[in-house]
Parts: sequence; C-alpha cells; structure tokens
Amino acid sequence: MHLHKYEKVWLTFGMASLIIFLLVIGFAAFWKGTHPQSHLETIDQNNVEAHDSFKPENLGLTEVADGKYKVNIVASAFNYDFGVDKDEKPVKTIRVPQGSTVLFTITSKDVVHGFQVAGTNVNMMVEPGHISRYEAVMKNKGEFTIVCNEYCGIGHHQMFGKVEVY
Amino acid sequence: MDGTENNLRLFPKKDARLYMSFMYVTFVSLLVGGLMGLLQTFVRSGKFTLPFNINYYTILTVHGVILGLVLTTFFIIGFQFALMGKTVGISDKQRNVGWISFWMMLVGTVMAAVTILVGQANVLYTFYAPLAAHPAFYIGLALVIVGSWISAFTNFRQLYVWKKAHKGEKSPLLAFMVIINMLMWVIASLGVAVSVVIQFIPWSLGYTETINVLVSRTLFWYFGHPLVYFWLLPAYMAWYAIIPKIIGGKLFSDSLARLAFILLLLFSIPVGFHHQLTEPGIDPTWKFIQVVLTMMVVVPSLMTAFSIFATFEITGRKKGFSSLFGWFKKLPWGDVRFFAPFVGMVAFIPGGIGGIINASHQMNALVHNTIWVTGHFHLTVATTVLLTYFGIAYWLVPHLTGRRLTKQINKLGIIQTIIWTVGMTIMSTAMHIQGLLGGPRRSAYSQYAGGEQVDTWIGYQLAQAVGGTILFIGILLMIYIFIKLTFFAPRGVEEFPIAAEDEDAQATPKILENWYLWVGITIALIAFAYTIPMIDIIKHSPPGSVPFKWPIGRM
Repeated sequence: MHLHKYEKVWLTFGMASLIIFLLVIGFAAFWKGTHPQSHLETIDQNNVEAHDSFKPENLGLTEVADGKYKVNIVASAFNYDFGVDKDEKPVKTIRVPQGSTVLFTITSKDVVHGFQVAGTNVNMMVEPGHISRYEAVMKNKGEFTIVCNEYCGIGHHQMFGKVEVY
Repeated sequence: MDGTENNLRLFPKKDARLYMSFMYVTFVSLLVGGLMGLLQTFVRSGKFTLPFNINYYTILTVHGVILGLVLTTFFIIGFQFALMGKTVGISDKQRNVGWISFWMMLVGTVMAAVTILVGQANVLYTFYAPLAAHPAFYIGLALVIVGSWISAFTNFRQLYVWKKAHKGEKSPLLAFMVIINMLMWVIASLGVAVSVVIQFIPWSLGYTETINVLVSRTLFWYFGHPLVYFWLLPAYMAWYAIIPKIIGGKLFSDSLARLAFILLLLFSIPVGFHHQLTEPGIDPTWKFIQVVLTMMVVVPSLMTAFSIFATFEITGRKKGFSSLFGWFKKLPWGDVRFFAPFVGMVAFIPGGIGGIINASHQMNALVHNTIWVTGHFHLTVATTVLLTYFGIAYWLVPHLTGRRLTKQINKLGIIQTIIWTVGMTIMSTAMHIQGLLGGPRRSAYSQYAGGEQVDTWIGYQLAQAVGGTILFIGILLMIYIFIKLTFFAPRGVEEFPIAAEDEDAQATPKILENWYLWVGITIALIAFAYTIPMIDIIKHSPPGSVPFKWPIGRM
C-alpha cells in the first residue's frame, strides 16, 4: 500500500509522541506508584460493621501518627457517615492541618456512589461489596467540598461533606 | 458503472420509505431529547424548578437514552441502509427484514421511554446496578439491541449477495465501512445484551435475588466505549467518501480509508476499563494495559486527519489555487453539506485532546465524573458527530423524498451550524472549566455544604443555561429544516454524493478484505484484555446485591 512521503513523516511523528506519552504515564504508574484508586479488598455490604475500619467508633477522622491521618466513611443513599462528635451529632466536616497525609477509606452499604474531594486528587468510585482507599497529601489551605459524583438516586445531589485544611 | 449517474438515480419508493422511517425517529428524538437538555441546564442554573413535580433525574434519563441511544442508533442504521442500498443494493426480502428491525427497535424505544416518563426508570442511560428500574425498561433496551442486530445481519447479507454476483471485485468502500461498523456493534453489544438479558431482566423480575455489580458494570463498559465509535464511524464514512465529492474532488486513498476502519475495529473494544479507572476491585495493571490499547486509536485518527486535509488541498490545487493556503480559502464554505461537517471536524481537535486526558491512567482522577466529561462528549458526539449527521441529512433527506436542497434551506443550514457552534462553545467551555474546578456531572441543582468553591460552580452553571438555550434554538431550526426537506421543498433530484476513485489509483490490497483475519485479531485482543481481569473479578466477588428501588423513587 502506498503512503505519501508527508504522511509517513506525520505518522512517524504521531506514533513517536504516542510512545513517549505512554512511557511517561507508565513510568508514573509503575515506578512512582501513582495508579488510580484500585483497592482490591472486598466486604459484605450487608454487614459493613464487621470490618474494623467501619465499626461506628472508628468512623471519621483519626490521627495515626504525627501529620498522618485516616478518615473512614460509610456511604449510603444519600449520606456519608463520618461518625459522631462529642455531642453525638453527625460529623459533616473533616478538619486537618496543612501538609498532612490523609488516607480515605470508604465503602457503600447499598448502591454505587462516588467520593470526590473537589479540588484535590481524591476521586473514587464507591461500590457495594468493595472497599475503596486513597491516600493524599493536603498541600493547600482552604475548604474543599466532598461530593457524591456518581448518580445514586433522586437525592444524589444532597450527598456531600467538607474537608477543611487549616 | 458510472458513479455520478448512480449518485443521481433516486431509490425506488419502497426502499426510500424504509430509510426515511429511521430519519423520522431521529428528528423526533432530537426535539424530545433536546428539550430535556434545555430543561436540565435551566434546573442547574438554580433559577428554575420543574413543573408538575417532574424529577430532574427523569428528564436526565430521557435526555441520555433518547439522544445517546435512540437518535444515534436510528440515524446510523437508516443512513447505513441507504449506503448499502446505493452501493450494493437491497432485495425485497432484505427490505422486509429491515422493516422487522425498524419496528422491533421502535417498540423497544417506546417501552423504555414510557417506563422512564412515568418515573419507573430514573436510572440514567448507564442503568448501574443495584439501582433497579421497572423490568419494562430493560426489556425495551433488549428489544432495541436485538432489533439493531437484525439490521446488522441484513447488511452482512447484502454485501455477501453482492460479492457472489461480483466475483473477484473489491467491495464498494462505503459498504465495506458499514460492515466494519456493524461488526464492531454486534461484537460490542453482546456484552450489554448478556448483562441485560442474563443479569438485569431476571433480577428485576425477581427470578434471581442478587446481581453482581462489578460484573454488570464491566460488561456495560465493554460495550460503552465501542458505542461511541459506533456513533463516530458513520461520520468518518462521510468524511472519507462523501465530503471529497461535495468539494469536487476524488477519494484520497481507498486502501488507507479501509486500513483506518480496520484499526478502529481492532482497538475499539478491548478498552472499557478506561471508563472504570477509579473503581475498586480491578487490578491497576490491567487498567493500564487497556489504557495503552485505548491510545492506539491515535493512529487511525492521525491517518484520518491527514487524508481529509490532503483531499482538501489536492482538490483545491487541481482547481488551480497555487499559493500555500489559497486552496483553503476556496473550499465551498457556502455549502452546508460541507460547512456543517467541517465545523464538526474542527470540534474534534479539542474533543480528541480531552479524550486523551480522560483516558490517561492518572490524570483521569482529576476529571472523573466531573462535568468536564459532559463537556467533552458534547464536543465529540453532540458537535463532531451530530453536525456531520446534519451535514448528511441536508442531502440524504431530499434524496429520499425526491426533493431538493434549495438555496434558501442551504442558508438556513449555515445559520443553524453557526448557532450550534456559538451555543456549544459557551456550554461546553463552561462545563470543561467547572469540571476542572471539581463540579460534578449528573446532579440536580445543589449548594452542597456552601462556600466559595460551590459559588464558583454555580456561575458556570448559569453560562451552561445560556449555551443550552442557544442550542435549543438551533434544534428548533433544524427541525424546521427537516420538515421543509421532507414535505415542502421543491421536487427534483438531490445528489447522493459518493466520491469516486482516481482512474490511476493503486489497487487495494486483498488482505484488507480478509474478514476472518480482522475479526480473529479483534477477538484475540478482546480475549487478551479481558480474560484474566474478568476471571479475577468473578473469583473475588463480594455477595451479590439485591434490587434497590426506593433510591430512584419507586415504591
């Protein structure tokens, strides 16, 4: 099959850029470990409390070491359960100092949900029977809205929270 | 056969009626689906609430199903039937089977649409389990898919019969392209058909108690990405084989066009994980492998871009424009059959770039399920693909109804294209920016936890309502043009513009038509990309999920 000289140049240039591009994202993924959220652990969605992370007393924010935090969440239509505060009121805002490393661990009791801390790289699907987990460094100060970004029913847009980095 | 003579010969009435039926459904869908889109942008502006207690997610589901699945599939099948009829012919029996396919798809569409409209299927067009719609919704979808298969097998039969009568000849280019698109469609929609028939229907009827959520999602996206190529390939057919004729030129290269279509077939299906990049339960190495396979589409895309612009330049130079860009100025800008698809091609540049961002293993996390994605596919499917479909309709509809595209309608078409470009630039740009700022897609108006971030989003949502209103005006104008071309334009013969090959074109290699080879490689690639991760997913399945009806407002 005949290819025009210019077309050969064009395709060579295009394919070379493609190879460089794939090498860059491959390097980032396998050497630097920046894969998208792909946690493989499963759970019985009808009994999430049996898992240590999702016992009622373990929900919400816990400081595990200096500057290191974990946040455990149970999603259900149409709410994120971050546990309760001292006055037994449901927590809606997670407060962490700037520069801290936060590990978000979340599962769903019912349908598929999303969990995105808007303005950060924390963005994951939450599915019944699976645990999603992502660690992020909170580099910037400010208020970040947590939104459910996968349709979960007619109250979907009422499912939210907030991360405050101070 | 002299190509031009065939281009000017109208179809027998019986054939034209079948092809036109698909066009009627297409344009009714455009009006209904477009109205839903307009209402959505109004709701999200925060200045408007829907009357009669209509739920936002009902109109969102109608919008997605009617435009994403119904308009596209009906237009494509009608257009492809017309291409097959023109290039290889249709027998009485094949036409009758074509009607069966049409009615089956229409009944399925009406079933699904009614179920959605009465609020029993607020599940959006992706119908993710374990949200459970009324069984009629899934049965309707199954009918649409099976109906489309009937038309696919009719197309296969049409080419088979032609080949038997034309031993040793290569198949007409457009017929070849239709077969590639339908092969891809059948192989891909097997995934969603298995999911709907084996998983969803028995589960929604209560015959099985639970559903495997991740398996159903994986089967959906095995279908979901080739679905977007199924929309795009008919546009490519027009770009490769029709536009050259409209601008007064010849095919650039028959073999190159075929090769591009084969590459699109090979790399369209084993790529669904790039829609599931942020999901739990799928090994990231397999996600990465499918990302690599996804990016292979860059190769046929670059080939297509080269061919198109080479055709423009060669045609211009033959007409005697010798300066560096003189040929570009002299393209038929006043001919809507060229102008509308051309704007579509231009929109594919930002559209394609956005697509590369979305499918990039890591960068996806920044935009996944934000309204950026909505902005992306309103450039690709709702501009590139749709404006090319409109560009086809301007000559196809009058060719089928025995009328002519008059100067006045042509002018309206140019105005329509400009309105669309303005509206979409506003709406899509606002969506892209809002998405980068974290604003979610598929959500009714909400102020969430309040604050500065949310206030910024709402400003962009107002811009989307402005863009959406302009687009809806464009839709009304297009419907007017369709009615004109169907019932009122003056009688005459509008050309079916199929480009001919150059007399001294090189012969097309036979291997390009070795169906066993290409389908074999397609299946091998799918088996490579999906077997191990699918076994993993099934082996490590959590307990299945029961149907959830209340979250979508069902009692």
